[in-house]
Amino acid sequence: MTGSTTRPEGRPAHDAGPSGPRREAGPAGEREHTDGMAADDLTVVSKRHPGRWVTAIALLLVAAATLRSVFTNPRFGWDVVNTYLRDVSIGRGLLVTLELTAICMAIGIILGVVLAVMRLSANPVVRSAAFLYVSFFRGTPVLVQLLFWYNLAALYPQLTFGIPGVSLDANQLITPILAALLGLGLNEAAYMSEIVRAGIQSVDHGQGEAAGALGLTKMQTMRRVILPQAMRVIIPPTGNETIGMLKTTALVSVLAVPDLLYSAQILYARNFQTIPLLIVASIWYLAVTTVLTIGQFYVERRFSRGNRTLPPTPVQQFRQLLRTHTPMATGRSTP
Amino acid sequence: MTRRETAHPRTVADLDSGQLPMVRAEKVRKHFGPLEVLKGVDLEVERGEVVCLIGPSGSGKSTFLRCINHLETVDGGRIWVDGQVVGYQRRGRKLLELGDREICRQRTEIGMVFQHFNLFPHMTVLQNLIEAPLRALREPRDEATARALALLEQVGLADKAGAYPRHLSGGQQQRVAIARALCMRPKLMLFDEPTSALDPELVGDVLTVMRELAESGMTMIVVTHEMGFAREVADRVVFFDAGQAVEVGPAQQVITDPRHARTKAFLAAVR
Repeated sequence: MTGSTTRPEGRPAHDAGPSGPRREAGPAGEREHTDGMAADDLTVVSKRHPGRWVTAIALLLVAAATLRSVFTNPRFGWDVVNTYLRDVSIGRGLLVTLELTAICMAIGIILGVVLAVMRLSANPVVRSAAFLYVSFFRGTPVLVQLLFWYNLAALYPQLTFGIPGVSLDANQLITPILAALLGLGLNEAAYMSEIVRAGIQSVDHGQGEAAGALGLTKMQTMRRVILPQAMRVIIPPTGNETIGMLKTTALVSVLAVPDLLYSAQILYARNFQTIPLLIVASIWYLAVTTVLTIGQFYVERRFSRGNRTLPPTPVQQFRQLLRTHTPMATGRSTP
Repeated sequence: MTRRETAHPRTVADLDSGQLPMVRAEKVRKHFGPLEVLKGVDLEVERGEVVCLIGPSGSGKSTFLRCINHLETVDGGRIWVDGQVVGYQRRGRKLLELGDREICRQRTEIGMVFQHFNLFPHMTVLQNLIEAPLRALREPRDEATARALALLEQVGLADKAGAYPRHLSGGQQQRVAIARALCMRPKLMLFDEPTSALDPELVGDVLTVMRELAESGMTMIVVTHEMGFAREVADRVVFFDAGQAVEVGPAQQVITDPRHARTKAFLAAVR
């Protein structure tokens, strides 16, 4: 790599041979001034990074080997994957998974905001109630919670909700889908409340004071001033939660809810094409998380309005990459 | 805008004797835990008067200012603004704190400008100005917008209506904050060290806006360290020390010829 280096001709004399007395004479900087070279004659050469080439080549080799195995091992059953990728029951399963994700996140976000506001309440009883809720739902595995809701009838065969004249059969009311929504949604609310609380607390105290001094009520201040600013902190982890929720919905296969994974399981129970069908499910999960990740990026961008710098879009990032001439040789350059 | 059009008397002597003072504070006490921040402060501010509160940090001047619009609750004493007790209502021998809605209504009449501007960063300058008129006063949008644009013109920032606060300099932000407070058409303006967070060369613009506001007859209470401003613009200066209003008097006299030993020491130190 040093071959590209153009060395200036006529190297300074004291650099070529030992010049004992001069070296002791003064600091290094002073010697540089005396080498007789004009600044225009010198070429600046950035530091070389041979290690980057070694690791890049090693990783490319590993990637090539993996790809080769994926395409040559017949047990992957790519033709089967191809057939089932657009299968009707897989498609229905995907819809169920998407519905579950959307509804559970909606429950989680709405209840999470309520719990977060409760956690920050001046009333100690309200505060403790929210705290207990969060510790219970975060402290037990969501799989256990799902099974609990599914078996609610064993605990309360008749649901009256304390209202006279109301008596519902728990076995009929708590369908697998409802158990899944309750289990995942209520669990998510516990996590979302912590995210929302962190967001609310990240907003400068002066903002609430300024809004109050202008005569906005506490509700108006929260809705118009605090929450929109808290969004910057709330949105990124909420995106992660949504992506996490999409994958967590696979747990509902234990309740025989026909989601994406359970639909694949039903199929391979019949045809024994286990691996290809798991790949089909994985491809769909991956496709949806990719779409969600892209959506998350643009939502985050929208909520950082008013910031001095917006994060660059992929197109802008690509242009920036083209502008940095040699990414392997130099560090990250800023536009 | 009738208030603006009425010429306000600039000195106490000119005032109609039947008129109530704009602000009346009586034995205001406040403590944070064991620390007594205000030890019974009495003060009257007449209509159209400009009063500067000066004194060392921790002397209670900012806390006193924040009590006037109930950003801080008081532990004793009372404050009236335009004849109404701020934040409380009397029931027999008790002062009951008002509800959120009633306190908010009182605050719509009292403008406040903060040291750190506290503009809403997610809103443009214009949105900052019209937010409270729309939500708290329930004004029609075009009315509020027209007034907001006129006020931006007045503070010299007519071209910044669509900008976000972070793209403005500190001095510009503070002028927006003043315009935002004025957009509520307040009776009284409170300034809490409005120039303390600014670069020295940006202080002048903000002080100019405040001087013009004072000349228009606005009643102003200003916590400040700008002695020059206090001497030129204020009618009276109040020197705070250790939670008490130690010396109150005409601005010129308090600043150039203080009577109290603590005032003398403080002014000698800041000069």
